[in-house]
Amino acid sequence: MFNSIFTTITRFLSNLGRRMIERMWRLGAGARLFFLTLVYSGESFRRFHLTLREVYFTGVMSLLIIIVSAFFVGMVLALQGYNTLQKYGSSEAIGVLVALSLVRELGPVVTALLFAGRAGTAITAEIGLMKATEQLSAMEMMAVNPIARVIAPRFWAGVIAMPILAALFSMVGVLGGYLVAVPLIGVDDGAFWSQMQANVDFRDDVVNGVIKSLAFGVVCTMIALFEGFDAPPTAEGVSHATTRTVVISSLSVLGLDFVLTSFMLVV
Amino acid sequence: MTSNIVEIDNLSFGYKGRLLHKNINMVFPRGKVVAIMGGSGSGKTTLLRLIGGQINPVSGQVRVGGKVVHEQNRDGIYELRRKMGMLFQHGALFTDLSVFDNVAFPMRELTDLPESMIRDLVLMKLNAVGLRGAHTLMPTELSGGMARRVALARAVALDPNIIMYDEPFAGLDPISMGVICDLIRSLNDALGATSIIVSHDVHETFLIADYVYFVANGEVAAEGTPHDLMQSTLPFVHQFVHGEKDGPVPFHYPAGSYQAELLKQSAP
Repeated sequence: MFNSIFTTITRFLSNLGRRMIERMWRLGAGARLFFLTLVYSGESFRRFHLTLREVYFTGVMSLLIIIVSAFFVGMVLALQGYNTLQKYGSSEAIGVLVALSLVRELGPVVTALLFAGRAGTAITAEIGLMKATEQLSAMEMMAVNPIARVIAPRFWAGVIAMPILAALFSMVGVLGGYLVAVPLIGVDDGAFWSQMQANVDFRDDVVNGVIKSLAFGVVCTMIALFEGFDAPPTAEGVSHATTRTVVISSLSVLGLDFVLTSFMLVV
Repeated sequence: MTSNIVEIDNLSFGYKGRLLHKNINMVFPRGKVVAIMGGSGSGKTTLLRLIGGQINPVSGQVRVGGKVVHEQNRDGIYELRRKMGMLFQHGALFTDLSVFDNVAFPMRELTDLPESMIRDLVLMKLNAVGLRGAHTLMPTELSGGMARRVALARAVALDPNIIMYDEPFAGLDPISMGVICDLIRSLNDALGATSIIVSHDVHETFLIADYVYFVANGEVAAEGTPHDLMQSTLPFVHQFVHGEKDGPVPFHYPAGSYQAELLKQSAP
C-alpha cells in the first residue's frame, strides 16, 4: 500500500519534472532561434524582395479573412454599444465606443488571433514540411544558411504585415460600425464622426494600438517559425506543430495584451 | 597534395551513448566513384552527414581536402560545402520554385553571376540530365525519376569537387534507374569530381563504382572493387550481394522462444 502510493507520487513528480525540463528546453531553443534570426536578418533587408514575397503570402493572403471579420466585429460592436448607450441617453457616443474598442484592443488582438490561425499555421506547416522533405538540409549542404534565407524573411514579413492588417481591421471595423449606427439605427452622422475625432487620441490610442500589433507580430510569427523549425519531420509531427502554433500564439497574444495594456495605462 | 579528397580516420559516432560507427576508416580518391553499402539503418547516410559537417563525430576525424571537417567554424564548413554537391534520397527540391529556379538557386545564392549567364548555365545543366524541356515545370509536376535528375543538375550546378548521392536509385523504375546510373558515372568523369554513393542497390552500384565499402554493425565489414566483392566468400557480403534472406543478418528480429510466446495466456 505504502509502496504503491510512493511509486505513484514518484512517477507524478518525475513526469512533472520531465515536462518542465522539456518546456524550458523549448523556451531556450525558441529564444536561440529568435536571437539567430535577428543576427542573420541582414539578408532580409539587402534582398528585400525575399521579405516582400513573404509579406504577400502572410499579409495580402490574410486580407480577406481580416476584412470580413472586421466588418462583422464593427457591426456587432455598434449594435451592442447602442443597446447599452441609449439607456444612458448617450447614443451619439457610439462612434467613440466603436473606434476606441477597435483601435485600442480588438484591432490588434483579433487581427493577431486571425493571423495565428491563417498565416501562422501556414508558416508552421511550410517550414515543417521543408524540414520533413529535407529542403532545409539541402540548403545547409549548399552552404546557404536556412535561418537567413527562410526564417528571417518570414519573420520580418510577419512583423511588417501585422500592424498594417491591424490598421485595416480597425478601419473596416469602424466602417461596419458606421453602417449599423448611422443608416440602420439612425444615429446622427455628424455626432458619430465628430465625437470619434474629439475623443480618440493619437498618442494614447492609435500609437499604443500600433505598438501592441508590432509586439503581436513578433510573438505570433516567431512562434509559428519555431514550431515549424522544431517540428519532428513526420506528418504527425507537422500536424502537432501546427496545432501548437495556434494554441500557443493565441494564449501568448491574450496574455501579452494584458501585460501591455497594464503598462500603457500606468505610463 | 594527397590523392584522397576525403579521408575518414578511426571515426566513431553515436547517439546517447550508443555507437553507430566504431573506428571506421575509409578513403575516397580523387576522380573515383566510391560506394558505401550496407543494410537499412547501418548508418550509411550518417556517414554522408559527417562528411558534410552536419554532425560531429564522437572520436576520430573526417578530412575533406586535407581539412578536418568538425574543427571548422561555420564559415569554414560553408567553405568546404561550396566544393560539395549532394543528391538527397527524394531530391529535396524546393517545392515553391520551378525546375529552372531550383537549379539556379545555388548560383544565385553563392555567386555574383549575371542573370543571363545563370540562364545559360542552368540550361546546360538541365540539358546534361535530359530535362532542358522541363525547365518551366514545378517539382510537383515531375515523376520521381525526373525529380531525381533535376536534383542532380542542382547538385552539380557549381561544378563541385565532391558529389554525394544518398540512395540515388531508391524507388525508381528500371529505365530511370539506368538513366541515373549512367549520369552519375558520366558527370563524375566529365567534371573530374569524386562521387560518394550511399546505396543498397547492388546491381546498379556495382556497375558504376570503382571501389565499394560494406558497412555492418558499425564497422567496415568488407571493401574492394565490385569484382572482388562479387567473388567474396565472406558470409555477410555473400548474403548481401546475392540477396539471401537468412545469414549473418538474421531474418528474425531478436525475440524469445516462439513456443513460449504462443502458449502465453496474457496479451503481450
